[in-house]
Amino acid sequence: MRAENVSPRSRFHDAPPEEREFTTVSGELVKQTYTPDDLRRVGFEYERELADPGDFPFTRGIHSTHYRGKLWTVRMFAGFGSAEETNQRFHYLLEHGESGLSIAFDLPTLYGRDADDPLSHGEFGKCGVAISSLADMEILLDEIPLEAVTTSMTINGPAAAIWAMYIAAAEKRGTPRAELRGTLQNDILKEFTAQNEYIFPPEPSMKLVVDTIEFSTHYMPLWNSISVSGYHIREAGATATEELAFTLADGIAYVQAAIERGLDVDSFAPRLSFFFNCHNDFFEEIAKFRAARRIWAREMRDRFGARNERSLWMRFHAQTAGCSLTAQEPENNVIRTTIQALAAVLGGTQSLHTNSLDEAIALPSEWAARIALRTQQIIAHESGVANSVDPLGGSYMVETMTSEMEQRVMTILAEVDDLGGVVPAIERGYFQRRIADSSYAYEQALAEQRKIVVGVNAHRSDEEPTIPILQMDPKGEGRHLARLARVRLERDPVRWRESLEGLERAARSGINVMPALIDAANAYATVGEITNCLRVVYGEHRQLLVV
Amino acid sequence: MLDVETRTTPIRVLIAKPGLDGHDRGAKVMARALRDAGMEVIYTGLFQTPEMIARAAIDEDVDVIGLSILSGAHLALFPKIFAQLRAAGLDDVLVVAGGTIPSEDVDPLKALGVAAVFGPGTPMETAVRFIREHAPLRGGE
Amino acid sequence: MTDASVDQLVERFRSGNRAALSRILSHVENDKPAGLRALAALYRETGNAYVVGVTGPPGAGKSTLTNALIRAYRARGTTVGVLAVDPSSSLTGGATLGDRIRMLENFDDDGVYIRSMATRGEMGGLSTAVGAATHLLDAFGFDVIVIETVGVGQDEVDIAELADSTLLLQVPGLGDSIQTIKAGVLEIADILVVNKRDISGADDLVRDLRNMLRLGERRTWTPPIIETLALKGENISGLIGAIEKHAEHLSETGELSQRRERRARQEVLRLARRWLSSRLADILDEPDVSAMLQSLVCREIDPTRVAAEVARRAAREQARAN
Repeated sequence: MRAENVSPRSRFHDAPPEEREFTTVSGELVKQTYTPDDLRRVGFEYERELADPGDFPFTRGIHSTHYRGKLWTVRMFAGFGSAEETNQRFHYLLEHGESGLSIAFDLPTLYGRDADDPLSHGEFGKCGVAISSLADMEILLDEIPLEAVTTSMTINGPAAAIWAMYIAAAEKRGTPRAELRGTLQNDILKEFTAQNEYIFPPEPSMKLVVDTIEFSTHYMPLWNSISVSGYHIREAGATATEELAFTLADGIAYVQAAIERGLDVDSFAPRLSFFFNCHNDFFEEIAKFRAARRIWAREMRDRFGARNERSLWMRFHAQTAGCSLTAQEPENNVIRTTIQALAAVLGGTQSLHTNSLDEAIALPSEWAARIALRTQQIIAHESGVANSVDPLGGSYMVETMTSEMEQRVMTILAEVDDLGGVVPAIERGYFQRRIADSSYAYEQALAEQRKIVVGVNAHRSDEEPTIPILQMDPKGEGRHLARLARVRLERDPVRWRESLEGLERAARSGINVMPALIDAANAYATVGEITNCLRVVYGEHRQLLVV
Repeated sequence: MLDVETRTTPIRVLIAKPGLDGHDRGAKVMARALRDAGMEVIYTGLFQTPEMIARAAIDEDVDVIGLSILSGAHLALFPKIFAQLRAAGLDDVLVVAGGTIPSEDVDPLKALGVAAVFGPGTPMETAVRFIREHAPLRGGE
Repeated sequence: MTDASVDQLVERFRSGNRAALSRILSHVENDKPAGLRALAALYRETGNAYVVGVTGPPGAGKSTLTNALIRAYRARGTTVGVLAVDPSSSLTGGATLGDRIRMLENFDDDGVYIRSMATRGEMGGLSTAVGAATHLLDAFGFDVIVIETVGVGQDEVDIAELADSTLLLQVPGLGDSIQTIKAGVLEIADILVVNKRDISGADDLVRDLRNMLRLGERRTWTPPIIETLALKGENISGLIGAIEKHAEHLSETGELSQRRERRARQEVLRLARRWLSSRLADILDEPDVSAMLQSLVCREIDPTRVAAEVARRAAREQARAN
């Protein structure tokens, strides 16, 4: 694959322009020129398809003032090692201008295992912070003003349990739950198809999600109970269309489940949020975000009969695409991230995480994280793109792509409906097969240089990367384990046992388990003990293998 | 390096995901690429312990084991995997690895017995070719 | 590989060494002399295992069902060897094999052995290697051998040849209705399993299957329809009960030995055909025969004459080899 001196398109130079195929990153055809004819072709009509920002169907944005009223939240995903180290990183980011926290957890925590579980060996703190009990959570949040800073927690399988620890920690410090502001990712459906951080089978997993939606609807009005995610679906290899369609399908499934629990749609829908990937193809991504808002508004109104305008708003967080970053010439990743961040902003994201340049190699160093932070700040304050709402609205290309994206997505939503919904589709491997196919198609495109990644399959320099890699505190794990041992020793054993028995009873009876989880958190039951308790009741999920 | 011509039967490859790492995109792509190259691929799925990997490797009598790991736990897990393989008597299996493995970790892994480490951005064809050229011939003539 | 080393391998096999079993399976699958020698040595130790075939359309849950069967068998102390057969790509010759994930909870149980096999382009479904692999698992000492196949193409018919009891899995709502069950498939099933019985349409499927059975030809054994939910292990005991009942029926009526005789016959035929056809291609390249082909093309002689000559040479070669 020696392609250093060959410019990528030279393979196609022989063919005349009209015969060459130009496609987006996802493989969708792109026309040479877009004109008013294209708008007519896709049925574009300003009032119906766009409307002004803040008006249904919100294609241009959910707020009329948008960034002029409040800039997007700079929310940088962070977490590694022990709670002390991550707490330090939180303070660093807040001091340097971050406006909201986003917590990354390590693999054992993500799978509901304690740090000393045999399967946790070698995994401590590698991709996020290790939380084994309330004691760790308290240190993680030390001196963070929880009433002022919104906290996003990227956790899914054991989301309810970790959330319970967060609530317990906050209340111990005197912040009542009703004042807590933040988001729980808590999107289990995409785990079964893309990220694989599941624990229990789909049915009980959905039940837990609805428990959290119900609990937060009643007790935590400032909390977003779920962040329906497409980011991971895209990272797994899906196209932009599939990312959007599968995410919306999941969102629809959650709304359906909450309604079946007896909740009124307008009581919880305003607190649903979304999380999308932002990949390289500038216009495709912007079209995707705009289509997302339009489709969601229509689905909520027409499928679910939501009446409150806030129920129709799609609010989303975006993260620049990790899978687009390279280990080769990592400095190039700054440029990729910048372009992707720009697309997210022009797409109207509510909050944004920009990846650090060393993301493809390891956890971000302080220096790399700062560059990522500055990227957002420069876009916000120096580029002028945030001065007006939806500046690309009306572009022949962007409007056409938005409508075409919508059409493709609606086709997929209909297919999922035909299969009986998301859970039956998961059991059939529908999403998994499409993702695997798209992923392989992309790899083949790279191999044939129909798609280019600079520095990897074209314009290579073959130098070894010399980026400083974050060194974790080697004593962190020992400290954490010692704390875990102390917690087990010092907690009230009666209270601890009763809390777990109460949790098992609650789980078996089918009532909302959140109160029991908070109780167990306060009794210093560990993440592993809580998860095992639930595993006994709910069982363990076995993945359908789709290659 | 073995003469590719002397092989008349498909190469059998075990693709395994050790530890808690749930990123299976690369493993799945590799499995397909190897299948398209005429090999028989057994993909173990996620959350494999060293014992499970060794057991699968023995029962399936694979020529190659491909370990895919993106969680950073490779230095902790690979020694255990190799210990299991040795205990099972699997000395002539070709072991390769792929994922987010920093370049400074490559030598320690090779010292363990990993024949090649395919980092991020490695073209599929590079890995396929390496496996085709280095998979052991099992004889039986 | 020297004869002595093959014999050593066979001895290790006899002592219960799993790696030896695996290696001999590979030699057999790869049609190596070592494999043939090992199989010849071990054949007299076969004949004890009961072979269960599991087939059905993709998505029916065969692997989950096989896993559930393994669990249930192990709970009663029965050892199980499994051959999971998947099709090789006719284009590339490669294959992605076996849903092992659902079976890996048995990884440390020596009473379970799971081997994935590709069809390797054999015309007519299952390869001859599957039959040979069955013999090896039998000789190794497994009580029950489960052969799980995809069930597209001719597989279903072959599986009935290799198995004592053939289970045909169907699932409600998969899109392929009763009408699409290929002719001949229903006839070879000894037990019909309706899996995922919790899905709507299960009752209709059962009823349709019953009707089809009624309309089909009369047999001494009426295939029972067993409804299961393999994922939760529901009614697996009922399924095993049906298998045992069928086994009883086979031995009481003498059908078991009839089937096994037929199987042996088919196996011999298949092996002989394979060996012969590999000779035939070479014979066509021999100079005299090549010349005959030329005459054939010029219409000087007819095809049957050339074919007879080729067959004669093949037989003569075989006689000399013996």
